[in-house]
Amino acid sequence: MIVDALRTLLPGLVIDPIVTADGQETLFVQTDRLIDVCRLLRDRPELGFNFLADLTAVDFWPREPRFEVVYLLASPAARLRLKVAVPGSAARLPTVQSVWPAAGWLEREVWDMFGIEFDNHGDLRRLLMPEDWQGHPLRKDFPVQIRLRPRSSEPLQVSEEEFRANLAKDRAARAANPGTGR
Amino acid sequence: MPEIRTETMTINMGPQHPSTHGVLRLVLELDGETVVSASPTIGYLHTGIEKTAEQKKFQQVIPLVERMDYLSAQSNSFAYSLSVERLLGLEMPDRVKWIRVLLAELQRINSHLVWLGTHAMEVGAISVMLYCFRERELLLDINERIAGFRMFPSYIRVGGLRDDLPRGFHEAVTQFLDTFPTKLNEYEGLLTRNEIYVKRTRGVGKLSKDECIGLSLAGPIGRASGWNYDVRKIFPYSGYDTFDFDVPVGTDGDVYDRYLVRIEEMRQSVTICRQALSRITPAGVFAADAPTVVPPPKDRVYTEMEALIQHFLIYSQGFTVPVGEAYVPVEGARGEHGFYVVADGTNRPWRLKARSPSLLACQALPRMIVGGLIADVIAVIGSIDVVMGDVDR
Repeated sequence: MIVDALRTLLPGLVIDPIVTADGQETLFVQTDRLIDVCRLLRDRPELGFNFLADLTAVDFWPREPRFEVVYLLASPAARLRLKVAVPGSAARLPTVQSVWPAAGWLEREVWDMFGIEFDNHGDLRRLLMPEDWQGHPLRKDFPVQIRLRPRSSEPLQVSEEEFRANLAKDRAARAANPGTGR
Repeated sequence: MPEIRTETMTINMGPQHPSTHGVLRLVLELDGETVVSASPTIGYLHTGIEKTAEQKKFQQVIPLVERMDYLSAQSNSFAYSLSVERLLGLEMPDRVKWIRVLLAELQRINSHLVWLGTHAMEVGAISVMLYCFRERELLLDINERIAGFRMFPSYIRVGGLRDDLPRGFHEAVTQFLDTFPTKLNEYEGLLTRNEIYVKRTRGVGKLSKDECIGLSLAGPIGRASGWNYDVRKIFPYSGYDTFDFDVPVGTDGDVYDRYLVRIEEMRQSVTICRQALSRITPAGVFAADAPTVVPPPKDRVYTEMEALIQHFLIYSQGFTVPVGEAYVPVEGARGEHGFYVVADGTNRPWRLKARSPSLLACQALPRMIVGGLIADVIAVIGSIDVVMGDVDR
């Protein structure tokens, strides 16, 4: 029913409903139509998927396309799983923040853990791992246990000028991107 | 009059701060006492549970996930078990469903008591904390009774429950349910019409209904803003549709309404617990009839060859889960709480993703505190009830 509605609303859309083990309605969407589909799913009153329950990715390495990005949606009447296949060689997707603002941190987490980039995200930094971490831990080719050399750092020596300059830089960055984060 | 030169001040709150409920760091920019901008930094408690779970057998994941949202441990194992059971195609017997519902509601009360105590203490009402922890002790005693472990019982498992209910369980729960509503009135007497508390919370940290939907704040925060979304009512699981209860909904979406919603939720939980308890027989079936998933009882292991083999297989290799994926959320103490489980046909999950309501609440934090006073930051953090173990996972 959702597939039919989407097909009539977006002519030319290639959309594959797939049969899943748990009986949950699941759709595969092309990357370039993702935003259109999401917007329709949210805005059409007969669909009404205004709630993004979760956004995550699964790595199927060594299979290609390697990643599946999964959007778990809910409306007051039904649930829907939306999927996008992402190749490992060009792991890029448009952000859905304009549809569901909640996607901001969830996409950051996907980038942090899988290295999938989100275009026009605006704040694509690591969320859970340290900023200087190398690699993306939830990829299947990332080792489970790794040893890092212990690092040491000199005690922080900041002059008054450096402190003020740093503060001004921080403030400018935040003014350029108000609201959440820097 | 000469113009006074003013400038904003950037301060760092956390990661170790008594009222950040764990290790949440906030970089706040202040103009006098007003918050101009806020950036939460998280990840200090990240332990890689999702990566670890990929190395564990399905049943071994239960203790791991219970440590995510450590204040409502059984809501984690409940949600995880439901997802895996959906993949296995297991349907629970009624008695197991009722016991799970009872435990989930006791867990909700337990978690809300910690929230109420710490939140009230942070805005200055210290005695409430002492009373809340007094009642929570009774709930931890019940956990100890069923599993010997007070915080993380690992009692709800894939395929049912670990064991049958212990002797004296009904009496302990009845005793708690009989005394608790009176205690709840006591807490309300201390706070609901307390002028200081009302002044510190009313109109503070407001969120509109649309903002809550956009930011996915499904749970007490969304309901306080008038978004009537409760997984127990909309997507019932484990037989919640057979229980009679109301979902409290607020209107203002401020800290005070979140307080009222959670207090009323505790009252509703008590009525659900009473209904569940009346349906549970003191002894009976405590797991599904699934010999490949549920280990056979010990007396059969010692006397029957088949049971011994089954026991050995389950404890050495675990059970395999057919290829597929499932997400069956529950209504946890902090909102919709679920596990997206992907299975590849082996005995270990290929991918496990927790939907963490606290993470989304942290994301929404700047919306609630920017423009308010620095003192209100504490009240707002308390009102969204984040558990950092659930945020960082």
